[in-house]
Amino acid sequence: MSGRRLAAPRGSRIDRERTLSFLWNGRPYTGLQGDTLASALVANGVQLVGRSFKYHRPRGIFSCGLEEPTAIVDLIDGRHRTPNARATVVELAEGMVAESVNCWPSVGFDLGAVNGWFAPLLPAGFYYKTFKWPNWHLFEPMVRRMAGLGRASLEADDDRYEEVCAEADVVVAGGGIAGLSAAVAAAQAGAGTILITAGTATGGALGWRDDGELDALAAKAAQAGVRILTRSVAFGVYDHNLLCATERLTGGPRGPRGVLRERLWKIRARSIVSAQGSFERPMLFTDNDRPGVMLAGAADEYAHAYGVACGRRAVIAANSDSAYQVAASLGAAGVEIVALLDRRAHADIGAHVDGVRVLPNTGIDKVLGTSAVRGCVAVAADGHGSRPERFDCDLILSAGGHAPAVHLHSQAGGRLRWLADGAMFVPDGAAPGIVSVGGCAGVFSRDTAVAHALDVGRALALGFTVPSATPCGAGRSLASTRIADARGKQFVDLQNDVAAGDVGLAALENYRSVEHLKRYTTTGMATDQGKTSNVNALVLMGELTGREPAEVGTTKFRPPFVPASLGALVGRRVGRLYRPLKHLPAAEWHAAHGALYEQFGNWNRPAAYPVGGETLHAAAQREARTVRRSLGVFDGSPLGKLEVWGPDAAEFLDLMYVGTMSNLARGQARYGLLLNENGIVVDDGIVARLDDHHFWVNTTSAGVERTASAFEEWLQCEYTNLRVFVTPVTSRYGNVTLSGPKSWEVMAAVGFDAGLSPGSMKHMTMRESALGDVPLRVLRASFTGELSYEINLPVDATTAVLDRLWTAAAAAGGALYGIEALEILRTEKGYIHIGTDTDGTTLPGDIGFGRAIGAKTANFVGRRSLLRPAALDPQRFQLVALSPADGRTQLPTGAQIAASDPPTTPEGHVTSSFWSPELGAPVALGMLARGSSRLGERIRVHHLGERIDAIVVKAPFIDPAGSRLHG
Amino acid sequence: MMQIPCILCGRRDESEFVCGGASHLLRPPLEASDQQWGDYLFFRDNPKGVHLERWRHAQGCGRWFNVARHTVTHEILSVYAITEPAPR
Ligand SMILES: [Zn+2]
Repeated sequence: MSGRRLAAPRGSRIDRERTLSFLWNGRPYTGLQGDTLASALVANGVQLVGRSFKYHRPRGIFSCGLEEPTAIVDLIDGRHRTPNARATVVELAEGMVAESVNCWPSVGFDLGAVNGWFAPLLPAGFYYKTFKWPNWHLFEPMVRRMAGLGRASLEADDDRYEEVCAEADVVVAGGGIAGLSAAVAAAQAGAGTILITAGTATGGALGWRDDGELDALAAKAAQAGVRILTRSVAFGVYDHNLLCATERLTGGPRGPRGVLRERLWKIRARSIVSAQGSFERPMLFTDNDRPGVMLAGAADEYAHAYGVACGRRAVIAANSDSAYQVAASLGAAGVEIVALLDRRAHADIGAHVDGVRVLPNTGIDKVLGTSAVRGCVAVAADGHGSRPERFDCDLILSAGGHAPAVHLHSQAGGRLRWLADGAMFVPDGAAPGIVSVGGCAGVFSRDTAVAHALDVGRALALGFTVPSATPCGAGRSLASTRIADARGKQFVDLQNDVAAGDVGLAALENYRSVEHLKRYTTTGMATDQGKTSNVNALVLMGELTGREPAEVGTTKFRPPFVPASLGALVGRRVGRLYRPLKHLPAAEWHAAHGALYEQFGNWNRPAAYPVGGETLHAAAQREARTVRRSLGVFDGSPLGKLEVWGPDAAEFLDLMYVGTMSNLARGQARYGLLLNENGIVVDDGIVARLDDHHFWVNTTSAGVERTASAFEEWLQCEYTNLRVFVTPVTSRYGNVTLSGPKSWEVMAAVGFDAGLSPGSMKHMTMRESALGDVPLRVLRASFTGELSYEINLPVDATTAVLDRLWTAAAAAGGALYGIEALEILRTEKGYIHIGTDTDGTTLPGDIGFGRAIGAKTANFVGRRSLLRPAALDPQRFQLVALSPADGRTQLPTGAQIAASDPPTTPEGHVTSSFWSPELGAPVALGMLARGSSRLGERIRVHHLGERIDAIVVKAPFIDPAGSRLHG
Repeated sequence: MMQIPCILCGRRDESEFVCGGASHLLRPPLEASDQQWGDYLFFRDNPKGVHLERWRHAQGCGRWFNVARHTVTHEILSVYAITEPAPR
């Protein structure tokens, strides 16, 4: 418990007058306005904040920013949880409730820590090996329980998220001094500029310091009209200069429900400036994961920005000149610097600090203490020289050098080069559309960074050549931060628990490519994306395989740079807006008449109209029976409707459909199958000729968009000489269908034109007519096998006409019927439903259209494919009608047909199956190998271990002569 | 997400378009051999470099047009009408 709050004036970000209470792992604490959850925990002396992913080792707070690998917490708000938040970037708020992750039963007493004893069982490549041998399922329960960090909420998130699209000439990712400079210069030169900054204000890494130049730049930015997005992080660069960022609008416990919580920005920019600074590279030494070991710069920021000391006595393990600034700065804040152990030789050290004992060429051999640092033992870094020396301390600061945040540059396709002096990867030139400035370009000298960024901003605004960056100011660092002959666990990736030994094992097992290294060891694959581990892992792999880091290379950085919440990515596309449903024009009328609505494709349609507590099944049986006995009224408005116009319309439709349409007389209609180029049946429908150059095309309800698109593609791309227009009119016409022997009787009673009577209007014809002043297109076609009228009418007139027809139909003993009854009726007739009875392998010959094809002389889409050997295979599945042998067991839809018990090769399956109210027996359709030649054969249907014998019968089940069609 | 310049509407986000695959495929006649027909149906070049392909501005004007796109950088080198020959 060595962290503590320092006295004023330390703490530029906190307001000492405003105390905030919060709960951490069930215990009450207080912090100050301006604290992060991490700084408040440190101020309260909380050091142990979590357990590690694989070994469940105790872990503390490691950083002070978005690179945090270990202080991963769940934020809890009643039943809602936000998992995997980084405590270092969570703004503390009154009443906040937060918990450790990966700890069971508690962070202090963790049963999973026994995994440490089983560490040899969890080597690098553990997943690879367990997937291979002996059987992943043996390990799965254990791995699943241990894997994952936080716990997701089981409740729907009722906060809101939104997406904003914006355009900019220049967008700058990062609000530090370099980013600000570039933004100011761009805006002053006339560019529309957006600046994205993670903090509550601009300033970046220097933001907590009292800095006149930064203040002046911020004022200039405001004056020049730079649009500044605070609390925002640019997480991804996508094709054609699309930069995506998330903006956090509310922090901490969410207070009122339904607030706007995050905003996703999609910014299309002419130029992107990456100014995301750099991360500090940690040192590798044994037990470098103990709570109390942290990044040196982070401890400095905690002290000055939050007025929090992370310890009383610190040892600094260094490989960078930056350690000396931290030593001086922390010393001034009241933290005793016991020693500065510099991994580098004297000649490489370019800085000094007064009053601190500096030991060059020295590293940490071991850390003392398990759940908190109690001290360390230092040895000569090269393994020679002086005796080990022990230091008592409660804080070990790691200053391994700089790791420029090259992520956006790399995402955009930019290459990297290795700077041996600074031991860092920097951008190798600019990637298309994106320029790096400041720390992420390797420019660490403040004046140079500002001058370069100003030049870049101006050049981007004015279209001049962009000046290249000259990395400088980082001093010298060694590639390797390890001491020779280090033993024990030196953690490379703290979040995924990858130690130096795992990298060694990967090298030994020849997983040496950087891509293999990453996946084999899982280095850099945790939610921190390896911000503090990637460089050390590469350097180590190079050391072990005798290569320079430049030769090892890096993996390509991929979005997101920081975790993005799913809510932000999804935005408003949730609930009803996830997949908006289409509604019938007479939707309310149906609801008022007892419709039981269900979702069919993207339509909300009546499945049935149950009365008096009927089940769906009972209602559908009654409705189907009524259609056959008297009549039914059906809303067919979703039926796909296209109008095809033009002098070449007939020729075009011949090309599109298996059926011939060009020889239709005016007013005649014909059934057609639509194939794709592979010959597969993709839709069916009815084509009616309204005039010489004008056709009405009905498609399936689900297939209309697909069919209209296919028509357009053929017309625009292949048959470009045809003069044809296709107009989709599905939403312009309602469709009320009457079916049953009394259909015409009811229509006549309502006042429909006598010219529509079955005597004067034949089956498969279409007439233009009118009911009063409502124009109609009436089609006599039937999907039930009964006399049917499909009445197409202006969508606004649908409800009124439906109501009139229903009033008359009800008086005649009719019923409203839904999709369920329609399915029964069409199955009784053996009519197929595309996509139910057919699938992505079905050819027209498989469903009985072989002869129609033979008769057609013209070419049509898919025809050539019907001549391929596979299409002519006699073993193909063909449509059959099926009856259970016992006359009463309904065959389960989807059940496989096979001669012997499974496991075996099926010879077909059941596609549609219903109880026929008319026959008082089950009816079914199915696909069966050689089906058309197996009439009368007994086949065997298998379902969940049961066998049902069935007979291949002749379709249709009802009215084989088809006389009912004519009324 | 790319931005694609529709030949009628100008630059729009990729999400407004559908891609129809390679352009300038020659559709063999009905008399073609199984081999030729199979090649036409299933075999496509997959170049690292410029690819000529057709896109439809499905959520816009509905027009199909040709796009010359670099498959590595996604740079769009030109767009041209569907009836125009392949650029050299
Ligand atoms: Zn367009």
